[in-house]
Amino acid sequence: MPSIDSIRTAIAERQTSAAALAESCLAAIAERDPAIHAYLALSPERAREQARRVDALADKGDPLPPLAGVPVAIKDVLSTRGVATTCGSRILENYIPEYDATVVQRLEAAGALIVGKVNCDEFAMGSTTENSGYGPTRNPRDPNRVPGGSSGGSAAAVAAELCVAALGTDTGGSIRQPASFCGIVGVLPTYGRVSRFGLAAFASSLDHVGPLARSVKDAAHVLQVIAGHDRLDATSSMQPVPDYVGQLEQLSLRGLRLGVPTEVFDGGLNPAVGDVVRAAIERLRASGATLVDISLPHSQAAIAVYYVLATAEASSNLARYDGIRYGRRAPADTLSALYRLSRNQGFGAEVKRRILLGTYVLSAGYYDAYYRKAQQVRRLLAQDFERAFQSVDLICTPTTPTTAFLLGEETAASPVERYLADVYTVPADLAGIPAISVPCGDSEGLPVGLQFIAPAFEESRLLQVAHHFEHIFQS
Amino acid sequence: MDIAHIAALAHLDLTPEEASAMQRDLLSILDYVNQLNQIDTQGVEPMAQPLVAGSPLRSDAVQPWFSQAEAMANAPAAAHGMFEVPKILDRG
Repeated sequence: MPSIDSIRTAIAERQTSAAALAESCLAAIAERDPAIHAYLALSPERAREQARRVDALADKGDPLPPLAGVPVAIKDVLSTRGVATTCGSRILENYIPEYDATVVQRLEAAGALIVGKVNCDEFAMGSTTENSGYGPTRNPRDPNRVPGGSSGGSAAAVAAELCVAALGTDTGGSIRQPASFCGIVGVLPTYGRVSRFGLAAFASSLDHVGPLARSVKDAAHVLQVIAGHDRLDATSSMQPVPDYVGQLEQLSLRGLRLGVPTEVFDGGLNPAVGDVVRAAIERLRASGATLVDISLPHSQAAIAVYYVLATAEASSNLARYDGIRYGRRAPADTLSALYRLSRNQGFGAEVKRRILLGTYVLSAGYYDAYYRKAQQVRRLLAQDFERAFQSVDLICTPTTPTTAFLLGEETAASPVERYLADVYTVPADLAGIPAISVPCGDSEGLPVGLQFIAPAFEESRLLQVAHHFEHIFQS
Repeated sequence: MDIAHIAALAHLDLTPEEASAMQRDLLSILDYVNQLNQIDTQGVEPMAQPLVAGSPLRSDAVQPWFSQAEAMANAPAAAHGMFEVPKILDRG
């Protein structure tokens, strides 16, 4: 599938039409998605109607909006008016939203074709997409493997060319890890950079919405459209949005100070993945970047902090699924039984586990020992990053310690073993700073991702360096 | 850990098998989390969320949104513009 720029040009020059792009995308999904299962719901009428609007502009010779005719997929935790939104959960199997998430509305206002909703771990809790209530998604690079998660459907749809770009969400790595596993680009924006209005909340102090795409430039195009203040999201920032796409070529790697945390190359990193990442970092050095050893001492505690804070917030956010106003309701004689039965039948095991852990750490007598303590260590970790960014421009790490897991491999592991696989992605979510995963090679035929992390609101720098790296890597 | 009490607080109804598996998982996660106690956090201000610079409250003005019928369109049970629930008061 072509790039966003080439789609807009082709429509403007009448070499193709948005209608033809919509039909070819829908046909590709019908033909190839049964083997991948990225999509949970399609919105063909919505995509076709939008294509007619775009083609009408082209007919008149009017300027086309930035994402004109671009087929996009939306992670199923984001609200889409008139299109089923399940969050990967059986508790919302009949839920049809009455409104669009701000990011969905902005994509459509920019000319994008919303082709459908894509699979994810239930309420974005997981790293394989196997926790979906609607069956797993397969990795397009190897159908015996998971695409990662929780935005696994988003990554698989992009990698399999069943859309040009997709929206995902990232609370502990859920955009960057599946991007890495599927060999594509995924961006975690700064906390507050992209509106979360219409996102089903998992952990409100950690949830982010961001793009997945096959190139840094396509990801920059999507971020350009979805970033910016939203009066419907009290946590969204008023900071102006720079011209990410226009500035993409503006930076040279010469003189770039690239921090490499000493902590990342020990512990659970797979040696073959480590070799691929070291070789990628060496190419950055050879292209002019200066490597600087840095230390993020509290990053070792990030997983422990994350599983206290994220579960505490989840236990509160998921209290709304009670079978009363929307979603699945179990028949019951009393209100209390109705709540308990609806929730017990509607939620999967991982969601229950996290609700219970979150309830425990917030319960009387444990709040200070767990929740307050984790919030304090979160501050120390954020300060580690602030200190590091006094001497470096960007930080570089592997995105994940391994390549994509086999289907079933992670579900056999203990919860703590599973959670430790997020060790490189969780710190940026906790600090609220932006990061990107870009493909940097293969290990035994499976993609490896390189992660760059930047200071808050420095998405431009992140995208510029990742764009440069993409060129070095592909040359 | 009283898993039944935690489940009741969370409005979850666990089978005995689920309860014992969950208790085992929670204890192992908490065992891992206890490493936080080795970190000195004396005087450290808790971080509730990343700082979002300049996000003032919007004006408190009424905006058109969806109708009552739309707001209730997903209700599992509704009557007369209200959500229906099982009886919650026993008149005896």
